[in-house]
Amino acid sequence: MLNAKIPAGPLNEKWSTYKSTCRLVNPANKRKLEIIVVGTGLAGASAAASLGELGYKVKAFCFQDSPRRAHSIAAQGGINAAKNYQNDGDSVYRLFYDTIKGGDYRAREANVHRLAEVSGAIIDQCVAQGVPFAREYGGLLSNRSFGGTQVQRTFYAAGQTGQQLLLGAYSAIERQIALGNVEMFNRHEMLDVVVIEGKARGIIVRDLVSGELERHFGHAVLLCSGGYGNVFYLSTNAMGSNVTAAWKAHKKGAYFGNPCFTQIHPTCIPVSGDHQSKLTLMSESLRNDGRIWVPKKQADDRKPTDIPEDERDYFLERRYPAFGNLVPRDVASRAAKERCDAGFGVGTSKQAVYLDYADAIQRYGKIEANKQGLSNPSDDVIIKLGNEVIKEKYGNLFDMYEKITGENPYETPMRIYPAVHYTMGGLWVDYELMTTVPGLYALGEANFSDHGANRLGASALMQGLADGYFVIPYTIGNYLADEIHTKPIPTDHPAFVAAEKEVADRINRLMSIQGSKTVESFHKRLGKIMWDKCGMARNEEGLKQAIEEIRQLKAEFWSDVKIPGGINEMNPELDKANRVADFIELGELMCLDALSRNESCGGHFREESQTPEGEALRNDADYMYVANWEMKGEHEWQLHKEILDYEVVKPSQRSYK
Amino acid sequence: MQHYTMNLTLKVWRQKNSKSKGHFESYQVKNISSEMSFLEMIDVLNEELIAEGKDPIAFDHDCREGICGMCSMYINGRPHGPWEQNTTCQLHMRAYKDGDTIVIEPWRANAFPVIKDLMVDRSAFDRIIQAGGYISVNTGNAVDANAIPIEKQKADDAFMAAACIGCGACVAACKNSSAMLFTSAKVSQLSLLPQGDPERKTRVLNMVAQMDKEGFGACTNTGACEAVCPKGISLSNIARMNAEYFSASLVAQ
Ligand SMILES: Cc1cc2nc3c(=O)[nH]c(=O)nc-3n(C[C@H](O)[C@H](O)[C@H](O)COP(=O)(O)OP(=O)(O)OC[C@H]3O[C@@H](n4cnc5c(N)ncnc54)[C@H](O)[C@@H]3O)c2cc1C
Ligand code: SF4
Ligand code: FES
Repeated sequence: MLNAKIPAGPLNEKWSTYKSTCRLVNPANKRKLEIIVVGTGLAGASAAASLGELGYKVKAFCFQDSPRRAHSIAAQGGINAAKNYQNDGDSVYRLFYDTIKGGDYRAREANVHRLAEVSGAIIDQCVAQGVPFAREYGGLLSNRSFGGTQVQRTFYAAGQTGQQLLLGAYSAIERQIALGNVEMFNRHEMLDVVVIEGKARGIIVRDLVSGELERHFGHAVLLCSGGYGNVFYLSTNAMGSNVTAAWKAHKKGAYFGNPCFTQIHPTCIPVSGDHQSKLTLMSESLRNDGRIWVPKKQADDRKPTDIPEDERDYFLERRYPAFGNLVPRDVASRAAKERCDAGFGVGTSKQAVYLDYADAIQRYGKIEANKQGLSNPSDDVIIKLGNEVIKEKYGNLFDMYEKITGENPYETPMRIYPAVHYTMGGLWVDYELMTTVPGLYALGEANFSDHGANRLGASALMQGLADGYFVIPYTIGNYLADEIHTKPIPTDHPAFVAAEKEVADRINRLMSIQGSKTVESFHKRLGKIMWDKCGMARNEEGLKQAIEEIRQLKAEFWSDVKIPGGINEMNPELDKANRVADFIELGELMCLDALSRNESCGGHFREESQTPEGEALRNDADYMYVANWEMKGEHEWQLHKEILDYEVVKPSQRSYK
Repeated sequence: MQHYTMNLTLKVWRQKNSKSKGHFESYQVKNISSEMSFLEMIDVLNEELIAEGKDPIAFDHDCREGICGMCSMYINGRPHGPWEQNTTCQLHMRAYKDGDTIVIEPWRANAFPVIKDLMVDRSAFDRIIQAGGYISVNTGNAVDANAIPIEKQKADDAFMAAACIGCGACVAACKNSSAMLFTSAKVSQLSLLPQGDPERKTRVLNMVAQMDKEGFGACTNTGACEAVCPKGISLSNIARMNAEYFSASLVAQ
């Protein structure tokens, strides 16, 4: 039986009760305890810094050349917190409720409530570090509403919120490095967890510059290694984002929770050709002012500006009059796909819809003209004024669009299409963020998280920092209090030797194949299977085919992949091969999970489970659980359900009509 | 936008590791689409090299959207290539035409040793930050975020300085390999904010000392750094840092 270790008592008292009753480690003992942190994005850097400050001996690892480059840096829109600075009725309960509802009732109440409770302290901490959030003229912090929420609770720093938050956490970890409390290993990739007598006791890493394998001991191991959206090959994730750390943990006994829950973001720049290496997100905030449409005629090749108003289909406004262009991400994405599949897509690939700012430019232009007291302004003046307003609000995004596509979005509508963006699934963790392997924790996007089947905008940054700054410093003490007598285990212990040998053997095997196809080509093929059959819409037949195809792909990979270069040197192709091999195995599990969940919820849409109008149909009677998978052998998993108990919120069907 | 394809000659710096001597190698790439990004063009070449049994070109990159600061190519004599306020990963092939020759080198600076091919070691930047690029506040110590109002203009200026992505193009562009623009951006951000005040003096002294220790050169106010900075970090930050340094040294004496 899975025990989530949720503290007893009323929901809003659980976390304070936990904090005042959990065991503590005294300062003298902290110095004797070593903690390994894999990953230094928001979750990892905040955890490593906070634990270092407490006096633990921390070793942190990342595969980039500096913690400042983690994928968290790319987050654009903002971070939520229940501060209620705008006096618009926000509260811890509301943020909790919105997150549970937004997650389509597939998240754990106690965790989500804690997340909402600590959200305010995150903003305080970041401001104290010097994070330059946007401010109003009075000098106080500015907020915006994000992703259609009814309150303004999102804090932001232009379109670079992730960058500023990460640089804050980075400065905190660098300070601990300077003080000697944290030892940092850049350009190192974790390739296995070492488990001794049932507890996580260390890791095996590869120094990516020299190619050498290293063993590191820790009394506890924290995985903060991010999400696995790159299993789809094309996604908005950074090129290096991967599942390897989480997957190795899974193979060593950690259960994987809800692997198929993937978030597809509606507003990304579409694929331009076979050469495409990644996709770029256009922030959700663009939907606040832009209108989404396709031509009413199929395969209409006219220029968008030549298509008259009454020949345009504003399909989100048509289908969802109450929310219009601001429906949640999953709903907007599926609606765009539906139009394109039906032959109404635009652009060369026909896999795109328009995001049009012409109306907004007019609207803002008129308001500006009014403000400036211009009577009867000409159309040109209105457009000029409107463009200025849009530039101030979205300038950096419009520039980015123009750099990539060569088109000017002030003059012609942008083309957008949904893309894989975030993975709600991940390693299962209990209330203390511990996986099913004692002493092994997962934080940030790497865990199955607080977002259920769909994450709300601006909540991933909040969760990563909540886990690292405010949750793990307490919960890890509760475990380490029993470890103060455990002496550091020498890394010539047989378990370390065996784990390193396993890693070395696998690398040797990969390098000895010397087949005919590049790693990249396998990754692309995997991505295509996943996108076509385990993407925005899934059905039984497709998923079964996908599982077969992935198994064949795996066999082919291990007999025909071609990796240049050597083992004991910098070899990016080998690094990639290690990751793609794990993605292939994960892909199979994702399809299996999607197959076993015959309902539609959040980002997971099973075609068999929809209303006559084509809306998602959840099935609480049969599927109100977290699906946790235990690996039993090759192609073999066992399902363990964590039944979700809603004590406070009453689940309802989401409707945006 | 009219799309087209092109054939190009690339002259790329190849260097096996930090110890070996490097050299240029020429490659022909064919049918490159104007819609590709510069790095996707390199991807295409690398796939061909692997197919031919050759070693692909190593280069740093991650986000491919101009924010992580990882990509770092010196293209035809200019860090990050020809476009204004742009990173290598955001450069697109429509900047070139059929028949062009493109020379690609790593950042060149003593403080940034080459690891392999176009990849360099920029850990000196991390050590400059370690010397003082932070506010000493432990988790849990903070007061309410709105307890300290900050003038909007100052907050905006601090943000502009904080936008630095730590790519090192400024160093690569400078004939003295000076890291003044990078260092001054962080010093500026923290000295503009009231939170940064208590450590203001030690911060600038320690960060500048570390910068010198790492082997970065002196600043002779040429402005090459500002011209290539992908984030538009302004030279005025250097002026601010010099002023901070001056007043801090007076006190220190
Ligand atoms: C384009 C984009 C925009 C976004 N915008 C927002 C937003 O506005 N608001 C919001 O809330 N969320 C946003 N998100 C989501 C959010 O950015 C991420 O979910 C979050 O930053 C993840 O943080 P993390 O610390 O868990 O992981 P990451 O930041 O991905 O860090 C992972 C770390 O693990 C390391 N690592 C991984 N594997 C290994 C290994 N095997 N060995 C060693 N190290 C390893 C990496 O080096 C890195 O340091 C956005 C995401 C994208 C893609
Ligand atoms: S100052 Fe500009 S060029 Fe220098 S590291 Fe920062 S972003 Fe790069
Ligand atoms: S790859 Fe991240 S800035 Fe270029």
